[in-house]
Amino acid sequence: MATRDEIRTGMAEILEEIADVQPDDVSDEKAFQDDLDVDSLSMVEVVVAAEERFGVKIPDDDVQNLRTVGDAVSYIEKGQA
Amino acid sequence: MRAPTGPAGARIVSLGHYQPARVVTNDELSQRVDTNDEWIRDRVGIVSRRIAEPTETVTDMAVAAGEKALAASGLTAEDIDLVIVATCTAETSLPNVSAAVATRMGMNAPGAFDVNTACSGFAYSLANANHAIMAGAATNVLVIGVEKLSDWVDWDDRTTCIIFADGAGAAIVSGSDEPGIGPVVWGSDGSKGAAIRIEDREGKIKQEGQAVFRWATTGLAPIGREACAKAGIDPSELAAFVPHQANIRIIDAIARKLGADNAVVAHDIVESGNTSAASIPIALSKMVERGEVASGSPVLLLGFGGGLTYAGQVITCP
Repeated sequence: MATRDEIRTGMAEILEEIADVQPDDVSDEKAFQDDLDVDSLSMVEVVVAAEERFGVKIPDDDVQNLRTVGDAVSYIEKGQA
Repeated sequence: MRAPTGPAGARIVSLGHYQPARVVTNDELSQRVDTNDEWIRDRVGIVSRRIAEPTETVTDMAVAAGEKALAASGLTAEDIDLVIVATCTAETSLPNVSAAVATRMGMNAPGAFDVNTACSGFAYSLANANHAIMAGAATNVLVIGVEKLSDWVDWDDRTTCIIFADGAGAAIVSGSDEPGIGPVVWGSDGSKGAAIRIEDREGKIKQEGQAVFRWATTGLAPIGREACAKAGIDPSELAAFVPHQANIRIIDAIARKLGADNAVVAHDIVESGNTSAASIPIALSKMVERGEVASGSPVLLLGFGGGLTYAGQVITCP
């Protein structure tokens, strides 16, 4: 099971690959849309990649609640448990 | 009783397409709803789309595309003994579009049926044409994908009015010794049916964009690979990939995952919008017209959308 730090690092790699986000810009308080310029469709691709990488399910209804990187890290952390 | 028998295969002999004259730009739409050119190009990939006149019908557009395909085939209307029309926007539930097209084109009482699997309709219809010929039920088939989505769009709904458009594409399919239409891979998922819908005769088209995007970008590359495998073709051997023109980011995501590294990928959505069942034959017809795909080379068609439904097959380019 991945730690919070490992999940955040994994998210940074996914964000770089899908949405050209610089890994150094990724921290818990950053908002996907407003700070990292990840639009709603890229967010779907990020979520699908995170599901595959961390073995969790993130339904569409929950995606809209994942505003910041920290929200996603917490969701994945709980989902693994 | 004898079982049906026919030739060893069938192939697309010729193609034709028709698009309405009226070009609607993103700027024009942004005067009506809160959107803009940059947003539409970035999220959907459309620069402009073709919209039919109010008096121009689904049958009118189907006939226009059908006449072009027929003329290019060297056959006459009397040679066509089956007409299949893929559409989800027919003006009437009854009579169907295909019988009206057959009569307007001067055919002699061919079989005629409509197929409603929305955006996958052309791939379904092409498979039906292939099967009908191989079973000896038809000799020359006219297959048409046609939509007038502008009739079903809420022009005040910025999530859909920027996407959908009108047009028709057609193919003549005839028997051949060498198979020119590979085995179809088709399927559906009715549990997600509400993701793209027109709720009743007075209804307008609605779409759950993110749900459709997730399904399309994850579920369809495996279907395309399966269609290639059934045809005995490696995706790297494809000369072209013509998926339903839903959204440029869906098209590119599927192409990337498919591994069709040497294929020209159809991007007709840029200038045509999303024309549902018409998008694949329009895109394919234009690619062939521009000489982008060599005659005889393998092309993967992959339709997907409302239902949800999907269908794909490898064809030999006419």
